[in-house]
Amino acid sequence: MSGMTFTMLDAAKMSTAEIYGQTLCDLGDEHPEIVGLSADLAKSTKIGVFGDKFPGRFFNVGIAEQNMFGMAAGMAKTGLVPYVSTFAIFTSMRALDQVHTDICYQNLDVKMIATHAGLSFGQAGTTHHCTEDIAIMRSMANMTVIVPADGIETAHAVRAAYDRKGPVYIRINRGFDQVVYDKPDYGFQIGKAVTLHEGSDLTIIACGATVWRALEAAKMLEKVDGLKVRVLNMHTIKPIDVEAVERAVKETRRVITVEDHSTIGGLGSAVAEVAASTGKAFSFKRLGVPDCFSIIGLHEDLLAHYGIDENGIAASVREMMGKDFEADDNWEDEV
Amino acid sequence: MALTTEDKRRLEDKAHELRTLCVDTIVWAGSGHVGGSMSAMDIMTILYHKYMRIDPKNPAMPDRDRFILSKGHVGVGYAPVLADLGYFDKELLKEYNHTGSPLGMHLDSRKVTGVEASTGSLGHGLAIGLGMALGARLQGRDWKTYVLLGDGECDEGEVWESAMAAAHFKATNLVTIVDRNKCMIDGPTEEVMALEPFADKWRAFGFEVVEADGHDFDSLAAALDTAAAAREKPVVIIANTIKGCGIDFISGDYKWHYGGFDGEKTAKAKESLARFHAARASGEKGTAK
Ligand SMILES: Cc1ncc(C[n+]2csc(CCOP(=O)(O)OP(=O)(O)O)c2C)c(N)n1
Repeated sequence: MSGMTFTMLDAAKMSTAEIYGQTLCDLGDEHPEIVGLSADLAKSTKIGVFGDKFPGRFFNVGIAEQNMFGMAAGMAKTGLVPYVSTFAIFTSMRALDQVHTDICYQNLDVKMIATHAGLSFGQAGTTHHCTEDIAIMRSMANMTVIVPADGIETAHAVRAAYDRKGPVYIRINRGFDQVVYDKPDYGFQIGKAVTLHEGSDLTIIACGATVWRALEAAKMLEKVDGLKVRVLNMHTIKPIDVEAVERAVKETRRVITVEDHSTIGGLGSAVAEVAASTGKAFSFKRLGVPDCFSIIGLHEDLLAHYGIDENGIAASVREMMGKDFEADDNWEDEV
Repeated sequence: MALTTEDKRRLEDKAHELRTLCVDTIVWAGSGHVGGSMSAMDIMTILYHKYMRIDPKNPAMPDRDRFILSKGHVGVGYAPVLADLGYFDKELLKEYNHTGSPLGMHLDSRKVTGVEASTGSLGHGLAIGLGMALGARLQGRDWKTYVLLGDGECDEGEVWESAMAAAHFKATNLVTIVDRNKCMIDGPTEEVMALEPFADKWRAFGFEVVEADGHDFDSLAAALDTAAAAREKPVVIIANTIKGCGIDFISGDYKWHYGGFDGEKTAKAKESLARFHAARASGEKGTAK
C-alpha cells in the first residue's frame, strides 16, 4: 500500500486503533491540511500519536463531543480536513445533531474514525456498547459508512476517506482484530465488497468483526458438510455494493447477513433493501444483536452469546440449508 | 451537625474497608477505574454512612434519598459501597466484569439494586438528578438528591445546561458534588481543558459554592450541612481530592485513571492503604494521600 510506513509483520503486533493512528500520521505528512480532534480519548482512540507528531494540528477539546464535532465542521469550512476520534457511541449518538446538521447537511470533509464499536468494549456495558450506529449513520444523507474487517483494512479505509469527498464514518473495534488479510494489496475500494470465499449454496454477507468469523464458518462448513458458502466482506455499508448483493441473491438464493450490531437498520437491513428489489425469491436471515441491550462480558463471549461467532454462523447456515422451501415455490430460474 | 470523634473514626474505618474491597474487586474484575474510585470513596462513604436516608433492605423505599454517580465509570468503587451495605450479595463482586454478570464497568440500574441511574456516558447525571429533585418537590416529599460529578466531566455542556436549570428552578433539595481530583484521561484537567476559575463558573450559574477537603470527613460534613440548609440557591460542593488517594504509587497520577494490579502491586496497594488509614486515624495532617 502506498504511503504505508509499517510492514504486515508490524501490523500483526498493533491493535486496529494503533494502525489507524500510524496511518493518520503518514497521511498527515502528505497532507498538511489534515487536523486531528479528540475529546479526552486521544490515548484510547490512538489519534494521540498524530497529536504527538503534529501538536499544532491536534485539538483535545476535553470531554465535550458536541463541541468537537461542531468545531470540526467549522474547520472543514476553512479548507482543513479534520479527522475526529472518540468512541462510536459518542460519535453517533452524543453528537448526532452536530454530525447531522453541521457536517452531513453541509456535506463537509470531516472524517469520523469511531472506536470501541459494536460489542468490542463488552465489559463496559450498554453506555459504551454501540450497536445502533450503522443504522443511524447510514441514514444520514451525504455520509459514507465503512466497517473495516481488520487492521489493514482500517488503514485502507482511513486513506480512502481522505480521497473521498464529504463526511465519512469509519467504525472500528477496541483492541485487536483477527487478521483477515495477510497481504495489503487485495484491491480495497469504497463501495466494492470483497469475495473472501467462493460458493454457490449460500452467501454470508458480513462486516467488521464478523468477517473473520464468517470466513472460518465457511471453511468449516466446506470441510465438514461439503457446503459451498460464499463469503462477502461488505466493508462499505453505504454506498452498498448493489451488484454483489444482487449476484448473491441470483446465484445462491440463500443469504445470511451477520454484523456486530443490532439486527435493525444495519448491514442486514441495507442488504435486505437491495435484495428485496431483485424480484427474486430467496431465503434470508439477519444475524446480529436481536433488538435488546446486550449483556456484559468479553467481546468473544458476547459474539458467541448472540450467535455471531463461527459456530453461531455455521449453525444458522445449516439451519437454512436444511429448510425445504424450494418445493413450495417456483425456483426454476435458480442458477 | 459536626461529627463526633467516634463518627469520624467510624467513617475512616469504613472508608478504609471500602477502599480495600475496591482493590479486591479490581483484581477480580481484571482491571478497573481505580484512580477515580479512590478519589470518590470518602465522599460516597460519608453520604451512605452518615447523611443519606436509606434502607438497603427496602431499596425502593419511596422516601429514600437518591444518589447518582454521574461519573459512572467508577462503578468498581461504587459497587463495593452497595454490596457492603447489603443491597446485594458481596460474593457477586467476585464476578465483576465476568460474562453474564450483572456487574459491569458502568453499573446498570436495572440490574444492580440500589443504583438509581445507568450512568457511564458522562454529563448526564446532573440533569437526571435535577429531574428527581423537582419530582420530590412537586410531590411534597422531603428526600434529597445527591449527584457526584467528575471534574473532567464538567467539560460537557449538558452539565452547565443542568446547572442553569437547577438555579433557575431553585432546586435546593439537589446537592451537587464535584470530585475535583484535577485529572482526566489524557492529562491534568488544567492542561487538557482548563476549568479554572471553576468556583466562579458555578457562582455565575447561580450556585452557592462550598469548597471542601474531599478526604477530610469534618470538612465534608460541614459542606453537606451547608447544602442541607440551602433555601435560595442550589449548593455545589467542590470536593478537592486526589486521584488514587490512599495508594501511594498511583496517587495524583492521571495515568492511573484505569489499570490493573498484579499480585505484587495488590500487596503494595493494600500496605499503602493501611498506612494511609493509620496516618489519618492518628490525626496527621497532609497524610500520605
Ligand atoms: C460522554 C463521554 N465521553 C467520554 C467518556 C470516556 N471517559 C470515561 S472516564 C473519562 C474521564 C473522566 O474524567 P473525570 O470526570 O475527571 O473523572 P475522574 O477523574 O474522577 O475519574 C472519559 C473521557 C465517557 N464515559 N462519556
